[in-house]
Amino acid sequence: MTERELLGEYKLVLGMEIHLHLKTKTKMFCRDSADIYEAEPNTHVCPVCLGLPGALPVPNKDAVRMTQLLGLAVKSSLNKDSRFDRKHYFYPDLPKGYQISQYKQPLCVGGFLKLDSGTTIEIERIHLEEDTAKSFHELGNTLIDFNKSDMPLAEIVTGPSFRNIADAVEFSKKIQDIARYLGISDVDMEKGQMRLEANISIRTAEMEEKGILPSYKVEIKNINSFRFMEKAVRAEIVRQKKLLDKGEAPVQENRGFDENSGKTVSQREKEEAHDYRYFPEPDIPPMHFDENYVADIKSSLTELPDERKARLVDEMGLNKQVAAFLSSGTNINIYEKFADLTDNKHDPVKIGNLLMNRKELWSMEVSDIESIIKTSEDKITDEDSIKSVVEKVLADNPDAVEAVKAGKTATFEFLVGQVMRETSGKADSTIARKLITDLIGR
Amino acid sequence: MARLNELNLIDALEGLKTGRFTSTELVTACYEQIEQFDPVVKAFVTFTKERALEQAKEADDLIQKEGGKAFEKKPLLGIPYACKDNFSTTGIETTASSNILKGYFPPYESTVTTRVNEAGGIMLGKTNMDAFAHGSSTETSDFFKTLNPWDISRVPGGSSGGSAVAVASDMCIFALGSETAGSIRGPAAWCGVTGMKPTYGRVSRYGVIAMASSTDSPGPLTKTVDDAAYVLEIIAGKDPFDATTSPKSVPEYSGFIKDFDLKGFKIGRPRSYFEIDLEDEVREIVESAVKKYEELGAEIVDMDLLDPKYSIAVYTILQRSEVSSNLARLDGIRYGQNREAFGMEARKRMMLGAYTLSAGYYDAYYSKAQKVRTLIIEDFNEAYKKVDLVIGPTMPSIALKLGESDNSPMFGELMDVLAEPSAIAGLPGISINAGFSRGMPVGVQLIGQQLTEGNVMGVAKVFQQNTDFHLNRPVIKSSE
Repeated sequence: MTERELLGEYKLVLGMEIHLHLKTKTKMFCRDSADIYEAEPNTHVCPVCLGLPGALPVPNKDAVRMTQLLGLAVKSSLNKDSRFDRKHYFYPDLPKGYQISQYKQPLCVGGFLKLDSGTTIEIERIHLEEDTAKSFHELGNTLIDFNKSDMPLAEIVTGPSFRNIADAVEFSKKIQDIARYLGISDVDMEKGQMRLEANISIRTAEMEEKGILPSYKVEIKNINSFRFMEKAVRAEIVRQKKLLDKGEAPVQENRGFDENSGKTVSQREKEEAHDYRYFPEPDIPPMHFDENYVADIKSSLTELPDERKARLVDEMGLNKQVAAFLSSGTNINIYEKFADLTDNKHDPVKIGNLLMNRKELWSMEVSDIESIIKTSEDKITDEDSIKSVVEKVLADNPDAVEAVKAGKTATFEFLVGQVMRETSGKADSTIARKLITDLIGR
Repeated sequence: MARLNELNLIDALEGLKTGRFTSTELVTACYEQIEQFDPVVKAFVTFTKERALEQAKEADDLIQKEGGKAFEKKPLLGIPYACKDNFSTTGIETTASSNILKGYFPPYESTVTTRVNEAGGIMLGKTNMDAFAHGSSTETSDFFKTLNPWDISRVPGGSSGGSAVAVASDMCIFALGSETAGSIRGPAAWCGVTGMKPTYGRVSRYGVIAMASSTDSPGPLTKTVDDAAYVLEIIAGKDPFDATTSPKSVPEYSGFIKDFDLKGFKIGRPRSYFEIDLEDEVREIVESAVKKYEELGAEIVDMDLLDPKYSIAVYTILQRSEVSSNLARLDGIRYGQNREAFGMEARKRMMLGAYTLSAGYYDAYYSKAQKVRTLIIEDFNEAYKKVDLVIGPTMPSIALKLGESDNSPMFGELMDVLAEPSAIAGLPGISINAGFSRGMPVGVQLIGQQLTEGNVMGVAKVFQQNTDFHLNRPVIKSSE
């Protein structure tokens, strides 16, 4: 069933929270290396990220700056005064009994991102926090790996702006690409470097028209792929619709998606678990950012994916498909080759097509690509010119022609070689082969 | 001649430098005193004798090899000290005198003890305290009560009671303590020693088991102001592991206070600090200290400061809130004990703190308390436009009898009322002995602006130069 069919007369209201592991050298509040992804459990730990008594957090300035850079990229305004807060809850993977996050004065407020359809998605805030450790449940035991504890995590919170799942996926992918452009995160969802949370509710068409939001939302955490997100949201639509059809109101709660059953399951803990008892983190002085600091970050903001795509189409004449290919966040290094080549006065349209179609060029040095281009530019592709050479070669080698007619493949290659020799290798070999075959009449 | 353990820090250093005695002799003298009297007053929770004697031997070897030069790099070389049990010490049990941390051996060292140890200091052991520093009498230690060496039917004050008693009883040359509001100055006053609480952020909190993070200030308890200046110079300063430490460079306090001149110095006498419910003799002794300063050339200015009683509510709310958060890490999963091991005082504080931080109550309590805190800070700022320092009693009474506070849940806050305003404003303060009432020491405190430890200690030093109260030592009698 399509999403619309699932919804029936209802309309989807969807908000997203996107968590990004920032690509800093060290963790958020301690000096352990943040390069944890291949590491043995509990090898990137210290008193601070283990939350030992007496240990104190010292914020990572790079992480702060990266979050602000991300904010500028999505048109957030940067708070001149920002601070960290403690968010309290008990869980084995949270060694201090609180997470250092941001509550009242996040680094970035507001902002938006335009989807390709033109729809604007409002961003509420972007804040910085520390990640928790990771628990493993094995053979009745819970094991904890603290490598991930205190990893820097930027969290982008949108308003309830999405009306369909595809938009939410597109938005998330755009954020992913922006993060790659800014070099602030590797955003590999399999490694947990990017995680999604979806806030889902449904409402009547009338409510949508009047701009009335439902009185509840259901939060699904720890979404680690777009496919998973789609399944989870669809399952939630079905569940919530069933309740509303019966005249029941869905409860505001956290639910987890079980891939096996294809259903969401309530993760509601005790009622009071919702009170995080936020208060300003006394171990970290409030942060103040002056104009020079902000100007400096602004100056390091480079071209963003959508800007690049538009420029490639509007100014360089590329078609949309090639422009999309070259501006994708995963093809930044291919784009860099493109930029170098066009700087060297190569034709952008030709180069764009060449790079998109010939995978083997992606890993090559620019100078090597240039010599390939040179050969291909010198190539004789005009059929008539090649034809006259082929005719001459066939006339000069009657024995060989006979042998080919008799089915000797090796001799056919000899004739191709002769054509190439006559043209100093410039003849398009595909055309030469076709002409030899045609003229011998094999 | 004084026994070695009775020496103050400056004299002990001189003796070591000149080879008059060895560090081994000094450390041994301290342990002899400990072994004789600690069973009576119970200042220590952990001893590190074997290690201390090894370190003393190493210090002696170094002094033998390098002579006086050894002290240039290691200004505390061979000096035995006592350390409050809330400083994390690598491989040495650190419990903050709490059962829930019984058996916890930290894998890392606090910044303050690192600095003292790198300077050559030798730790004799860890001293008893109110568990998690929650108290002002050292009676709420989960292990045992520490007794006041001047009268063992009385408490030593707290929470750095063990450290104050170790210094007062000459069991060490100096001690390390920490103050959130009164925890250095209070026991220093009741035990008749010098207690220096630095500006918040002047001395690193890294590795000190947190009580209230926004006011915790580690500092020295010593036999003289000179000793306090000497130790503070070593432990103070920016720490990359504590984001709240001040980047300002540390003055050479010992030199600064050496020939300190009181001329032209304005000392404020806040009426409100003398109008609260003080014991008569305490008031008289502090007034005579004020008079002494006048005689010595300072200008005494009668002035107004907010009634210190306002700070009780502010401090209680902020401190309980932070305590409830700081102790959350002791969740029963790590450190070997479950949460039932928490003592009653810690439980009460966590519950009250969780309440004041709860949704719907935050604005009424925590947020409002922060606003009043700002008013108190502004009140001090105004005062320091007119005066250089503020003088007052440290404690409203002499040391209480053991158990006297049992039925007074707010006892600590009431006793510490005179330390709380300056503590929540993050100001430096010192308590020195100014006389005796019924045989018990009475402290006078001097409070300065932020980062004016030099002036605070300079003015205190002038008092000690011209009086001998600080030279008195208790004669410890066992209880029979």
